[in-house]
Amino acid sequence: MPADPKLAHVAKDLVAESPLTGCRFDPTGKFVFATSQSSAITRWEIEGGKRIAFTGHESWVLALAISGDGQTLISAGGDDHLVWWPAAAEAPEAAKKVKAHDGWIRSVALSPDGKLVASGGNDRAVRLWDFADGKKVQEFPGADRDIYSVVFHPSGEWLLAGDLDGKIRQWEVATGKLVRTFDASPLHSYNDGQQVHYGGVRAMTFSPDAKWLVAGGLHKATNPLGNIQQPLVVRFDWESGKSVRNHLTEATNERVWSLHDHAEGFLIGCLGGAKGQLVFWKEAEEKPFHVFALPNSARGMSVHSDGLQVATAHADSKLRITKLAAKG
Amino acid sequence: MKPCNYACSSAEHLISRRRFFGSLAATGAAAVLPNFGLFTSPAVAAEMSRSQKRMIVINMAGGLSQLESWDPKPGTATGGPFRAIPTSVPGIHISELLPKTAKVMHHLALVRSINTKENSHPLGQYIMSTGRRKTPAQDYPALGAVVARALDRDSSSALPGHIVIAPNGGGGRSADSAYLGPKYGSVTLGGAKPLQYSERPAGLAEEASICANDLRRKVNDRFALRRRTAQTDAYTQSFEQGLELMRQRDVFDVSKESKKDQERYGSHDFGRHCLLARRLVESGITYVRVTHANYDTHCENFNFHFEQVGEFDGPFSTLVTDLAERGLMENTLIVVLSEFGRTPTINANYGRDHWGKAWSICLGGGRIHPGAVIGETGPNGTEVKSREVDGGHLFHTYLAALGIKNTGHFTVAGQKVPMADPAFDAIDELLT
Repeated sequence: MPADPKLAHVAKDLVAESPLTGCRFDPTGKFVFATSQSSAITRWEIEGGKRIAFTGHESWVLALAISGDGQTLISAGGDDHLVWWPAAAEAPEAAKKVKAHDGWIRSVALSPDGKLVASGGNDRAVRLWDFADGKKVQEFPGADRDIYSVVFHPSGEWLLAGDLDGKIRQWEVATGKLVRTFDASPLHSYNDGQQVHYGGVRAMTFSPDAKWLVAGGLHKATNPLGNIQQPLVVRFDWESGKSVRNHLTEATNERVWSLHDHAEGFLIGCLGGAKGQLVFWKEAEEKPFHVFALPNSARGMSVHSDGLQVATAHADSKLRITKLAAKG
Repeated sequence: MKPCNYACSSAEHLISRRRFFGSLAATGAAAVLPNFGLFTSPAVAAEMSRSQKRMIVINMAGGLSQLESWDPKPGTATGGPFRAIPTSVPGIHISELLPKTAKVMHHLALVRSINTKENSHPLGQYIMSTGRRKTPAQDYPALGAVVARALDRDSSSALPGHIVIAPNGGGGRSADSAYLGPKYGSVTLGGAKPLQYSERPAGLAEEASICANDLRRKVNDRFALRRRTAQTDAYTQSFEQGLELMRQRDVFDVSKESKKDQERYGSHDFGRHCLLARRLVESGITYVRVTHANYDTHCENFNFHFEQVGEFDGPFSTLVTDLAERGLMENTLIVVLSEFGRTPTINANYGRDHWGKAWSICLGGGRIHPGAVIGETGPNGTEVKSREVDGGHLFHTYLAALGIKNTGHFTVAGQKVPMADPAFDAIDELLT
C-alpha cells in the first residue's frame, strides 16, 4: 500500500511514565522503543502494547540505534556511556557498557553493514566503535562545538557529524580523513543580546538514492531563551556539497527534531515546540505539500519499515503512531 | 538644611586612607592605587588586609536553575539529565556542570531553602537586592549601597564603594542608593576596561586643568565656610572623586593583570569580569557586583545551562581559589545569587520557568561557615522542607557576615532607618 501523507491520522497512543524525548522502531516492526525524561528506555509491543523498561543508564537516554536484525539495541546516555542491549529480551539487561564520551552522547548511528557504531556528543568528539566488542576503532578530529547528530552515508564509506555551529564534517571511515565540510550555518545562531549559541544540526538523513543530504533544525532565533524561532531544513546536493534548497514551513516557535526521506519521494520532518507537527515536503519545493498537526509537542520521530507508520515521541508522555493511509 | 554626617574618626578607621596613601607616597607610586601586597610597611598591609571588609556578588541574571547548580535531584521526575557530583566537602553534592566549583566547596556554603514567593524578574531582583518587598510608599537602597555606606571608612575616599560590572554597562551612577544618597549609588563599568571619560580631554592642557580645579576648590572652600551642607559636600566630593578616578583609571583596567591570570580567568566577558572583581577588591573597593546573564531558560534549559554554567564554573572557582590563597576570604564575602530559581517541572520545550518557591544560593567568606548547608527541599525540589529562608534573612546574613551590625540603623535626615528589614533576622547557624 503506498503511503499518502494527506490521509495521516493518529492510529495508536502508547502511554509512558515520563515525558518522551525520542523513539525508534525496530526493523522487524514488532517493537517500538522510546527514550524519556528518565534513565529508562521503554519498549512496547506494537500489537497489544505490552511495555517493558530497560534500566541501566545513570542519566537521560539521548539517542538510540538498532541493529538490522532487530536483536541489538544501542543506547547513548547523558552519563558518558553507550549501552548494548538484547532488544527483544523479556527481561533485558545491559550486555555491554562502554564509556564513550565525557558527558552527553547526543547521537548514535550504526553503519549500513552493522559492524560499526558512531557516536558524538557534548565533549565535541566523534568516535567510531566496533559493534561486536565495543572497542574504539577511530576518533575523528573534534569540532569547535557540541556534536548534535551523526549519520553514515548509505554506502558506509563516509561518516558525517553535524555540530552546534552548523558545520557538517564528512570523514572517510576507513582512514579517518576529513573529506569536506558542508555549510549548514543557517541552522546556527548566536544571539548577541543573550550571548548564547543556539540551533545546530538537530537532524540529518540521506535520500534513499543517496543523492541528497538533508539537515534540520531552526533559524530566525530572535529569542532563543524564550523559544522564538522558526524551523528550517537545508538540502544539500551530495555530489557538489552545495546547499540547493531550504525547506520551510509557516510554523513558528518550533524546531525540526527528526527527518526521514521516504522511499516514495517525499521528506518528513518532525517538528516540536509550541505545537507538534509532521511536515511533508517534495524534493524540489520550498513549501510543504502537507502538514499534519499532532495533538502535542513532538520531540522525535521514527518511520516503520512498512513506510506507513510514523512514531512520534511527545512531551505529554505519549508515543503516537500516525498512519499515512486511510483509516481502518 | 540638615547637617551632614561625617565619617567616623575612630582609631580603627584612621589607619585606613591616610596611612594607605602615606605608605603609597613613600613608594613613589602614588599615581596608581596598588594591591595590599605592594605596601612597603607589612604592618600596614596586614592591617588593611585584615580589617577591610569587602563583598563580591555574582548575579546570575534571569534565574539560575537550582537543579542544574546547587540543589541537584538526579533520578527524579524533575531532576533533568545532569548528574550530581561530590564536592570537597563530604556529603555535599552539586551539579556535574560545576566540577571546578566542587573542588573549592570547602570555602563555600549553600542555602537551599529560599522561598521568596516571587516569580517576577524585577520584583525578585528587588527582594534579593534590598532584602525587602517593593512597595509604592518607600524605596530602599540596594545591597551595594548599604554595604558601601556601612563600611565607608572615610567620606573623602577616592574610589567609589559600589561598583557594578555589566557586559554592556555604560558608565555613570545609578539611582539605586535611595535615601543613602548619590554617593553610594552604583558606578557601572562597561566591561573590563577603564571607566568611560576618565581621560583628560586632549584639548585640555594639564596646567589648565590644575588651575581650573584650584580655582574651584578656593570658591568651594569660601562658600563652605558659610553655607556647608550635605549636598555641597557631596558635590565637592564628586569632583575630587572624579579627579582621583582619572589618576587611578588603571585600577579598572583588567589588562594590567598578568597574562597568566588573564588566561586563567578566560577571555570571555565573565572571566574578565571576575578578574576585574578581584582587582577591584584588592584595590580597596568595598562592593563589586558582576553579572552573568541569560539564565532565563524557558526553552532548552539544559542546553543553555550546559553552556552558561560551564562558562561560570571556571572563572568563579578561580576567583574563590585566588581569594583563599591571598588570605582575602576572611574579609571578603562572595555571594552567587539570582532573582529566583527555576521550576522543577520541565516544560514541553525542555525549559524551566520562574520559581521563587524553593531555590538556592551559594556564598562564602567573611563570617560564613565554610561547608555549611542551610535548609532542604523535598525529593522533587518543588517545595522547601526545612529552614525556610526569605530574601530578608539573606540580607541580614550578608551584613552580619561582613561584621556589620545587621540590626543597626542609618540616620537619614535625622531619622533612624533600619539597615535591614526588622521583620527578619540573620541565619545564625550560617555564621561563625
